[in-house]
Amino acid sequence: MALSGIQIYKMLPQTNCKECGFPTCLAFAMKLAAKQVELSACPYVSDASKKQLAESAAPPIRLVTLKAGTEVKAGNEVVMFRHEKTFYNKPGVFIRVKASDADAAKKVAAADAYKVNYVGMDFVIDGFAVEADGGDFVGAVKAVRDATKRPLILIAKDVALLDSALSLLAGESALIYSADASNYEAFADVAKKHKASLVVTGDSLDALADLTQKIQAKGVEDIVLDLGGKNLSEWLQRSTQARRLAIKSNFRALGYPVIFFAGQNGAAKEPVYAAQAISKYAGFVVLDTFTPELAYALLVLRENIYTDPQKPIQVQPGIYEINSPKPESPVLITTNFSITYFAVANEVEGSGLPAWLVVCDAEGMSVLTAWAAGKFDAERIAKAIKSFNVADKVSKKRVVLPGHVAVLSGELEAELPDWEIRVGPREAVDLPGFMKQALN
Amino acid sequence: MPIEIPKDKWPGSVKKVTLGATTAEGGTRSRSVTVGGQTTLPYLLFEAPTPNKPVVAIEIKSHKPDDWSPLLGEVWGDAMNDPAQWAKKAEEAGADIIVLALTLADSPEDAVKAVKSVLGATGLPLIVWGPGQAEKDNDLLVPIAEATKGEKIMLGICEDKNYRTIVATAMANGHVVQARTPMDVNLAKQLNILITDMGLPADRVIMDPTTGALGYGIEYGYSVMERLRLAALQGDGMTQLPMLVTPGFEAWKAKESKVGEGVPEAWGDWKARAIHWETLTAMALVESGADIIVLRHPESVKRVKDAVEELVAA
Ligand code: B12
Ligand code: SF4
Repeated sequence: MALSGIQIYKMLPQTNCKECGFPTCLAFAMKLAAKQVELSACPYVSDASKKQLAESAAPPIRLVTLKAGTEVKAGNEVVMFRHEKTFYNKPGVFIRVKASDADAAKKVAAADAYKVNYVGMDFVIDGFAVEADGGDFVGAVKAVRDATKRPLILIAKDVALLDSALSLLAGESALIYSADASNYEAFADVAKKHKASLVVTGDSLDALADLTQKIQAKGVEDIVLDLGGKNLSEWLQRSTQARRLAIKSNFRALGYPVIFFAGQNGAAKEPVYAAQAISKYAGFVVLDTFTPELAYALLVLRENIYTDPQKPIQVQPGIYEINSPKPESPVLITTNFSITYFAVANEVEGSGLPAWLVVCDAEGMSVLTAWAAGKFDAERIAKAIKSFNVADKVSKKRVVLPGHVAVLSGELEAELPDWEIRVGPREAVDLPGFMKQALN
Repeated sequence: MPIEIPKDKWPGSVKKVTLGATTAEGGTRSRSVTVGGQTTLPYLLFEAPTPNKPVVAIEIKSHKPDDWSPLLGEVWGDAMNDPAQWAKKAEEAGADIIVLALTLADSPEDAVKAVKSVLGATGLPLIVWGPGQAEKDNDLLVPIAEATKGEKIMLGICEDKNYRTIVATAMANGHVVQARTPMDVNLAKQLNILITDMGLPADRVIMDPTTGALGYGIEYGYSVMERLRLAALQGDGMTQLPMLVTPGFEAWKAKESKVGEGVPEAWGDWKARAIHWETLTAMALVESGADIIVLRHPESVKRVKDAVEELVAA
């Protein structure tokens, strides 16, 4: 739990020597409590106080990092609702394969190669889970490791098997699944030996809390919770409870990221299960099905839920050249909201038609939102055309407005008297057709 | 030592709103649908049961739309030419409510006829949407409200521009209104105040906070709904109304659902993707407190209804 200024003050030397730049230790303590200064500014804090202060500053949900050729982070969250601040670490999306599956490595390779672009960002599958199910587990882990550089989750009941498989992954931080009340000692030992993170399972939050404490006592800090639960309802409740306990009650024993297996009740329910897990607090989501269409939808959902509500995703205002435009190519006008920009840019690019795309500073808002908010009007558009020197680049002074803001054309004519103002279609999908037919 | 689970105790609750009137209640519906009544955040059964589970409405149109995805044409087929047939098929597909969306081409007489034919074809409660231009909406919705007096249909879409006319006719004819505002807690409150100030009881209003599709602004709708529901539970009377959302309308506008060709290979199979788009948009909104979920594809209806069943199951 965050300490108050007074509590921190009690841990300071209380000599008021002013070296930290504050007149008194109390003043410094207040700033520390407000997280406006670093503890290191005071040269005289005792080691014991340092340790205590560091612990109190630890995030309510521990950051767990899985590492191989790439990294996946989970935890470090501080709120229940994204509007309260933001959600930070997007849940890692993993695909599970079984050791007995002769095609496991092939499936992994296909999913590993997957990459999809959403408003300028490339999304990929974060890692893979290999489950021991009677086949050659160690061999399967090796084959999977050859097929991907991404972090792995190893699922097995037999600790000796895990030990051998983890030996193949030297230098990595894998996640192993899972310790329960009956086997946690051996699992903790193997996790510690290989610097792996460890999933704990239990059929209640009480049982889980009990286990995480025991495992911590054995020196394993990087713990992940599998909350169990048989359906959406139980899972939602448990994950809400665990998050609340960690964030609101500062209950350390459950202050760990959560893993969720979305395929547990069959492939038909998997999309919906994964969607709930993404919105409701999972740190790792494991899928049994990999299809591009499902991966794309889930990765976009994850991006949307984890976008910082204070900052819409934006692109830099300016003039963008699409398909090597020439002086006679058309000039299209849009806003600097990423979703809007890419909707338009992708359509034009895909059509192969050259164009100049003028992106106005509309404070990161969509066409209609910006228009309604007064951030995308004739004046701003004219200003953009002038400040980006569009006239110097083109031979035909003609601009195309988004169809949704057709009402602006009159005012824009007044602002840009020597330009021809055209109104384009409402939706970007119809732009290529419009450019072919109406712009010649 | 057993953990003490922190439980929220809220001073406020969501009002119950009923759509549709049965014969006993002065209408002709075979059943009515009640939503709302929650005393805590969605599906936190450890705090309180879900008194009325969210319901799914299917959107149909008075005329076959020419701008809908061909995938929807595939499932609804010829029924799209006749709202009565379409409504029947929608009922078979699991709709709890029918949404009939009118078009600019409808005359008031046509619109009334279409509404009557849908009421005749199914026993489900009905929501009627005007074509979305304030004046035209008024021209169509007023005669419809009069012709269906006592049926307790929901009239939409009631916005700051046209709420007076729609609220007045809803009051005179025993209907409910769908109050839409553009993704903003304060605007939603304001419109509810304006509507109830006219004398329409709050239990005849459903909020439509507007939503965006997955990938197209859903995060704004999601958070506005969470904030509206939190405000309601904290005791703010003008936010204590059930919420309707339109993931079908939004998701099927997205290129991901609409278009099958010339899209990146990484988008995968068109049909499966389109259904995921609609279902995941809906699912996120279910988690954030939606009470009426308006969809378009029968497969999405099935998935969302299954999910809701699981969420309310003790
Ligand atoms: C998400 C959203 C918001 C978000 C903002 C997101 C953002 N960063 O812009 C928030 C919640 C903040 C918001 C706020 C407001 N909003 Co708003 N919002 C929406 C919503 C739901 C989606 C907008 C969106 O992202 N669309 C997706 C993008 C890609 O669309 P787009 O920019 O239009 O681009 C498309 C086309 O225009 C075209 N296109 C784009 N550029 C070009 C260029 C050319 C040349 C061509 C041909 C085509 C083209 O291609 C794109 C794809 O087809 C819409 C309703 C809806 N479902 O559409 C309302 C909507 C735009 N909002 C509206 C309003 C009124 C507001 C507010 C004024 C309300 C308020 N709260 O006060 C505020 C204004 C902001 C402020 N004061 O700060 C109204 C606008 C009404 C109107 N018709 O004028 C809408 C339509 C909702 C409604 N039905 O009432 N909003
Ligand atoms: S440097 Fe340390 S001891 Fe000196 S005043 Fe600041 S807090 Fe107190």
